[in-house]
Amino acid sequence: MAFDRPDSAPNHQPGKLRWGELDEDDGEDLDFLLPPKQVIGPDENGIKKVIEYKFNDDGNKIKITTTTRVRKLAKARLSKRAVERRSWPKFGDAVREDVGARLTMVSTEEISLERPRPPGSKPDEGKVSGDSLAQLGKGAVLMLCRTCGKKGDHWTSRCPYKDLAPQTDAFVDKPPISDVPMPTGATKGTYVPPSLRAGAERPAVPDMRRRNEENSVRVTNLSEDTREPDLLELFRTFGPVSRVYVAIDQKTGVSRGFGFVNFVSKEDAERAIMKLNGYGYDNLILHVEWATPRVN
Amino acid sequence: MRPILMKGHERPLTFLKYNRDGDLLFSCAKDHTPTVWFADNGERLGTYRGHNGAVWSCDVSRDSKRLITASADQTAKLWDVQKGAELFTFKFDSPAKSVDLGVGDKLVVITTDPFMGLPSAIHVKRISSDPSDQSDESVLTIKGPQGRINRAVWGPLNRTIVSAGEDAVVRIWDSETGKMLHESDKETGHKKTITSLAKSSDGSHFLTGSLDKSAKLWDIRSLELIKTYKTERPVNAVTLSPILDHVVLGGGQDASSVTTTDHRAGKFEAKFYHKILEEEIGGVKGHFGPINALAFNPDGKSFSSGGEDGYVRLHHFDQDYFNIRI
Repeated sequence: MAFDRPDSAPNHQPGKLRWGELDEDDGEDLDFLLPPKQVIGPDENGIKKVIEYKFNDDGNKIKITTTTRVRKLAKARLSKRAVERRSWPKFGDAVREDVGARLTMVSTEEISLERPRPPGSKPDEGKVSGDSLAQLGKGAVLMLCRTCGKKGDHWTSRCPYKDLAPQTDAFVDKPPISDVPMPTGATKGTYVPPSLRAGAERPAVPDMRRRNEENSVRVTNLSEDTREPDLLELFRTFGPVSRVYVAIDQKTGVSRGFGFVNFVSKEDAERAIMKLNGYGYDNLILHVEWATPRVN
Repeated sequence: MRPILMKGHERPLTFLKYNRDGDLLFSCAKDHTPTVWFADNGERLGTYRGHNGAVWSCDVSRDSKRLITASADQTAKLWDVQKGAELFTFKFDSPAKSVDLGVGDKLVVITTDPFMGLPSAIHVKRISSDPSDQSDESVLTIKGPQGRINRAVWGPLNRTIVSAGEDAVVRIWDSETGKMLHESDKETGHKKTITSLAKSSDGSHFLTGSLDKSAKLWDIRSLELIKTYKTERPVNAVTLSPILDHVVLGGGQDASSVTTTDHRAGKFEAKFYHKILEEEIGGVKGHFGPINALAFNPDGKSFSSGGEDGYVRLHHFDQDYFNIRI
């Protein structure tokens, strides 16, 4: 407790003129001239400040600041029986130990109630992406052809250059297992090397792969919730995208926070890097760069 | 918040119970010694020595003088809370799994497991105020449900008994006649073993947790399904906040598969859900194994969790918790 009273002298002076039978003195008569009493706090540390104004003997206005600490009694309404139990002697195996024995310890780690999402955000992630889709539909990018990248002219399926463009079948890049011819002799239970397994990358399309590597963009610092469709949504605005991949931890099923996006054209990839590097996405700042170091 | 860790048990925790004033916390574990702790600072007050098997469940009388425990050593024991002395032993022919004192502390319902050809059973016993003329006789024995009955509790005014267990069915029995009054629906009910059952503080509804990764809220009179809380892990323990519309689910993957998976995938959190909106509010991490027991302090300002890891973690909520808005 700290008291800071510049003047704590009593305000009543018998020598002064009194003109009424009121038991108030001069100072209080003039109270209406003074600023009102102010109470600040108590704050989180229990510090309460009271600021009062008064007139002192000489008629000068003075400010009195009283700082007090308010302390709440913990467990103020503990039942009588509970208080009694508090002093019960130890019994059983607890007899030999003193207060604060090693059995009980306070966690060194601060544990908080982890919210599944920041308060105030929408409960459904899918809804958010749906909204952005809707915005796309309404807004400036009304029609965007994924093949030639032309805006507002036609949809991908109606693209006049459809036949000229390379096949962007990236979103079916994992063909259904049944379509892939199983290597001969690979029956259930026998070991099949990963390179021969269904769904493994075929060396049969080398030019495709090279092209992929050329315009591949690495995206890091993704939030855990980001999935491939989200990434596609984000990067599609820059031009046709041939492949999107988000690294998923196999054990936990949680995103590892990075992914790759392949563009059909190098210019689009460049623009995407320019625009999206440092872009705030899902309250994280994206880091977007070329997946393979450029030669020059 | 900084939880208080209590390492008094050498084996996985099975059950936690606060007394009515909320100043004592009783813990049961697979080691043979139930323990009582001060619920404010986690100091150990004493242990109850005498069981010779895992202790599955306990209950404490309203005046905090008597403790009753159910153990796998085929007994249920009545204890003096203050001295730790054994007052009486109820003997059974199979392991005792759950115990619950009725209103007035005159009656107790004890469930026993199926064992050596014997079916599982619900026993109602009378507790006399003087332990010297305590009798071992059952007032009522109910048989019928298949598999283990994991929990049986009293309904309003001790008129009914609510039971749930391995057959995934919740049943309400008449405590006078032993007749079944209600049975949960196969369609809406749980699909797998019900592991836990907790009544609300006013006793009007109760929550069940199941290995089917969900918890369900039921009306205690009509057995009407009120709410379902879906989660992504088997639920081993449930509790309800006495002051807020929060329910807490604890669980995690099976203990047998803990070592084969990544620790982050274990999901050993106590998950808070909004009772009415069925929405997840948050999770409290900390245990290194599945949570087997949960209990809310009757004042609603702290809760404790007991895990397969042998720890009891006592959490006193920060002010933030009470300000949470959905």
